[in-house]
Amino acid sequence: MTNQRKAVSLISGGLDSMLATRAIQDQGIHVEGINFYTGFCVEGHTHAIRRKDKDKQKRNNALWVAEQLGIKLHIIDVIEEYKDVLINPKHGYGQNLNPCLDCKIFMVNKAQAWAWMEENKFDFIITGEVIGQRPKSQRKATMPIIARESGADERLLRPLCAKNLPPTLPELEGWVDREKLYGFSGRNRKPQMELAAKFGFTEYSQPAGGCCFLTDQNYSDKLSDLWRARGSQNYDLDDIMLLKVGRHLRPKPHFKIIVSREEGENNYLSGYKNEYTSLTTVSHNGPIALLDGDLTTDSAQQDIELAARIVARFSQGRDAAEVRVQVRQKDGSATEMTVPPLPSESITPAWYI
Amino acid sequence: MPVIKTQDKIKTLLPGALLKVYCTDPGVEADIPAWCRINGHKVLHIEKQALEICLTIEVGNQ
Repeated sequence: MTNQRKAVSLISGGLDSMLATRAIQDQGIHVEGINFYTGFCVEGHTHAIRRKDKDKQKRNNALWVAEQLGIKLHIIDVIEEYKDVLINPKHGYGQNLNPCLDCKIFMVNKAQAWAWMEENKFDFIITGEVIGQRPKSQRKATMPIIARESGADERLLRPLCAKNLPPTLPELEGWVDREKLYGFSGRNRKPQMELAAKFGFTEYSQPAGGCCFLTDQNYSDKLSDLWRARGSQNYDLDDIMLLKVGRHLRPKPHFKIIVSREEGENNYLSGYKNEYTSLTTVSHNGPIALLDGDLTTDSAQQDIELAARIVARFSQGRDAAEVRVQVRQKDGSATEMTVPPLPSESITPAWYI
Repeated sequence: MPVIKTQDKIKTLLPGALLKVYCTDPGVEADIPAWCRINGHKVLHIEKQALEICLTIEVGNQ
């Protein structure tokens, strides 16, 4: 009796990983999905928070793809391990703080470590990579680097562009038929969309969209600013989550203020009241703001007053002569101060991160 | 993160066990039921109170 071969598929939630998986399922291979949570994922996070996006579909696309394919999905928390990938990428960064090549190597390495475990016993790994699809990691020259440095070697199969690459072990062993694989290349999305139609997929995640905040310049700028201000590139999950929310302003080198923009963000930032000094307007409706930095300097009182005036500026009391602001410490103790809102021209563009 | 924590906790439970998951992440209303469907577990009940969401899950065969 022939053993059914098993493959683990890296599922990002995008179209390509969905197609790659279906292509291998159609060849009788048992496939399960794996998805790595780095903390920098775009999908669903901000839509879940912001009230203006409340009608947008809030879903984890990796889970959705797995459900469409009828496969299990294993989600692995790699937040801690990913720090080294982000801080020390051997192959450098892309346009922003995206270490795409190192990231792909890392993820394939983690996938193969999981796949070869005794309790899992998978035979090979598949990804939705397409040569020429991405400028940093999906190039013909980088494909063998990923296979080699991840340790997956010839057990890493890219079904969508397999015909443009040397045959892998699954093909040579006859586990999959190379003739039934594809030779996509370049940035043109039309072949993938045609294949999606052929497979009967009428809905899929935005094909050309990035799935990682690290590719976003605005986010990368905030992360760089955080590292500079702290004098260290270390971070925790809350740090990188907060960078996705609110307005970030640095009025002084030693502290920044995160100001919510609407109700959803108010709710989200409220969850951090025991981790940060927070400010809320009392006399008028307004945002909640968190202060991140050193509030123990000689100028601490002036810093808090400045922060209060900034919060007042962003409140419905912006045109009032004065606004009452509550300052709440991490231990729950609170004081109130009455301040004139900072004039809009005093909030210099340079403060915005 | 709630999905991962739910996943990791369910791995330690036997079929038939009931797990209550408390979260404030609005995304869980879609994500945890989706994860349960694809991994063979059943969401019995979802309750919302203010900003907190509570899901009751019956663990399936693993």
